[in-house]
Amino acid sequence: MEKIKNFLFRTKGRGKLHITDIFTYLYLGFGVLIMFGPVLWLVLSSFKTPGEIARFPPRILPYRQEKVEIQGYDEPLPLYDVALEDGSTRRLAQVRRVGLECQFVDPENSDEIIKANIKDREPVESVSFNLKNYREGVKSFNFGRYLRNSVIVTVLATILTLIVNSMAAFGLSKYKYPGRNAIFLVMISTLMVPISVVMVPIYLVITKVGWNNTLTALIVPGAATPTGVFLLRQYMLTIPDELIDAARIDGASEWRIYAQIIMPLARPALAVLTIFSVMWRWNDFLWPLIVLTESEYFTLQVGLNSFQGQLNIQWHLILAMTVLTLLPITFVFAFLQKNITTGIATTGMK
Amino acid sequence: MISNQVKLTIRIKSFLDGVFNTLVDTFIKIVDILFAPIQRLLGRSNIAYFFVLPNLLIFGIFILTPMLMNFGYAFTGGTEFQLLERSWVGFSNFGKLLSCENYLNPNTCQEDLFWRAVHNTAFYVISQVSLMIIISLITALVLNREIKARGFFRSVYFYPVLLSPIVVALIWKWILQENGLLNGILVNLGFDKMPFLVDASWARFWVVIISIWAYMGFYTLILLAGLQSIPTALYEAAEIDGANRFQSFFRITLPLLMPTMTVVLVLSLIRAVQIFDLVFAFNRGGPGTATLFLVQYIYNNGFASSVKHFGLAASASLCMALVLIVLTLLQMSLQGEEV
Repeated sequence: MEKIKNFLFRTKGRGKLHITDIFTYLYLGFGVLIMFGPVLWLVLSSFKTPGEIARFPPRILPYRQEKVEIQGYDEPLPLYDVALEDGSTRRLAQVRRVGLECQFVDPENSDEIIKANIKDREPVESVSFNLKNYREGVKSFNFGRYLRNSVIVTVLATILTLIVNSMAAFGLSKYKYPGRNAIFLVMISTLMVPISVVMVPIYLVITKVGWNNTLTALIVPGAATPTGVFLLRQYMLTIPDELIDAARIDGASEWRIYAQIIMPLARPALAVLTIFSVMWRWNDFLWPLIVLTESEYFTLQVGLNSFQGQLNIQWHLILAMTVLTLLPITFVFAFLQKNITTGIATTGMK
Repeated sequence: MISNQVKLTIRIKSFLDGVFNTLVDTFIKIVDILFAPIQRLLGRSNIAYFFVLPNLLIFGIFILTPMLMNFGYAFTGGTEFQLLERSWVGFSNFGKLLSCENYLNPNTCQEDLFWRAVHNTAFYVISQVSLMIIISLITALVLNREIKARGFFRSVYFYPVLLSPIVVALIWKWILQENGLLNGILVNLGFDKMPFLVDASWARFWVVIISIWAYMGFYTLILLAGLQSIPTALYEAAEIDGANRFQSFFRITLPLLMPTMTVVLVLSLIRAVQIFDLVFAFNRGGPGTATLFLVQYIYNNGFASSVKHFGLAASASLCMALVLIVLTLLQMSLQGEEV
C-alpha cells in the first residue's frame, strides 16, 4: 500500500506533490483528450455501420445488431429483446415488419410466429469493429491507385530533394567563386514566398513543359526547396575544411569528396531534411490540386478531397479512407517521434 | 542464445546492406568516371557551379521565373492564359482591386469579394495568432515543469501537426456536423443543437479553433526549446535572492524568451496570412463567403471559376506577397538583433 502511494505521488526532485502539480497533470490530461480525442473518435466511427453512423445522438463504440441463422429463412435474421403481453421478455428473431407490427420467431423453435408492437422491441447489440467500410471504401475510392501515386511522389521527390539540395549546399559552403553570395541571397529571399503567391504563372510553366497531369509535376518543382539548401548549408559549414584538403592530397576528385566525405558527415542534417520532405510531400494539397485534373494521377489527399466533394456524402466510407490516409504518417511518427520533435525544435522549421 | 530465425534475419539484413552499399559505391564510381573530364574542364574551384547547377535549374525554372512572370500577369488583362497574348493594362487590375468607397465595408468596393477575403483574413490572422501563441506558451510552460513522461505529452500536442489539412478538416467536419459528436454531447446535456457548419459566425469561430488545434504543437515545441535553453542557474540565483515564482517568471523567463517569441509570432503570422487548404477542405470558404480567405480568392479567380481572371489573381497575390515580404523582413531584422 505504502509502495503504491509512493509510486503515485512520487515527484521528480521536489519532495511533496504540490497543488500546482495537480493542475499541471489536469491540464496535460485535458490536452491529451483534446488532441487525441478527435482522432480516436474518427477511428472508432470508421468501424460503424451506415445505420450507426446516422444515429443521433451518437454512441462512442461501434455496435452491430446480432443476427442469427434460422432454418427456413435465406438471410440471417436480426435479434431483438421483445417485451411480450404477459410481461415477460424473450429474445426473438424478427422475420418481417408490417406497419407498426412486427413478426418474430423464436430461434429455438422457428415454427411459431409471435406478433408484437414495434415499440416493445429492443435490438440486441454487441460491440463489433467491422471492416466492411474499409473493404467497400477501398473498392469505390480507388485507394490502391492513390496510395501508389502518393508513395511514388513522396519517395522520388525526397530522394531528388536530398541529392539536389545537398549538392547545392556543398557548392555554396565549401567553395569560393564569383556569384556565390548572389546565388545564396536570391535563394534565401524566396524562402518565405509560398506557392500560393505564384499559382498562376507556375501553372503556365508546367503547361509549357507539358507536365499537366503527370506525377513529374509533383516531384520536380518542389525539389529545389530553399529551406533544404539553407538547412544543409548551415550544417556543412561546421564540417572542417581540413578534411577536404586531406582528401585532395590523397587524390580524391571533388565528386568523391562530396559523395564519400561530406555526405556521410552531414547525416544528421540529411535526416532532418528527409523527415521534412516526407511530411511536405505526403500532406501536400494545393499544388497537386492545381496540376492534376484526371483522377488517375490523384494523390491520396486530392483523392480524399474529391471523394468528400461528391454530392451525397457517404460518411462511413470517407471515415474509413481518412483513417487509411493518416495511418502511414502516424506510424512514421510513432517510431521517429523523438527525431522529428528534436529536429524541428532545433531548426525551427516545418 | 540466438535462434535460427534471428540469425537468418541478421544474415538477410547484412546481405541487403551489402547490396545497398555496393549499389551506392558503383553509382559513385560511375559518376566519378564521368566527372573527371568535367573537373579537368572547369578547374577545381569552378567545379562548384557543377554542384549548384541542378538546384539552380529547378529553382530558376519553377520558382524564380514564375515569380517574375507574376508581374506580367498582374499588369495585363483579358482572359488569355498565354502571357504574350495578353494586353497591357497597366495598373488597372490594382485599381479594380483597390477601388473602394469605404474600406471597412466590402459592399461598397468594386471587387467586393477581394475585400471580404481581406476582412476575413485579417480577422482570422489576429484572432488565431494571438490565441494560439497564448495557448502554446501556457502549454510550453507546463511541459517545461518537472513532469513525468514529458516526451509523451510533447508528442501528444505535436501529433496533429503531422496530419494533412484534408484529414484535419474531415475529422472536424465529422465532429461538428449536424448529427455529430459535439451536438450529441450538447443534446445529452440538455441544450439545443447548434448550426456549427451552417452559421457564418460559428464557421469563422471553428476555423480559428481547428487551425489552432492543428498547428499549436509546432509553436509549443519551439517555445519549449526556447524555455529549455534558459540556464537554470539564473532561477537558482533568483531564489537565493528571495524572488518568488511570479518575479522569476516576469524578470527571467519572459525577457529571455522574447527572441523565441518574436520568431514564433512572425512565423505564425506568415502562416496565418496564407491559410487555405484546411479551410478549403473544411467548407470551401463557406457558408457563403464567411471563411473566404485571400489565397482562396486567388485560387478561385485563377483556377476554380469558369471565367478566369488571371490578372486579378496575380495582382491580388502581389498584394499578399507584399505583406509577406514585410513580415519576413521584420523577422530578419528581429533575428538579426539577436545574433
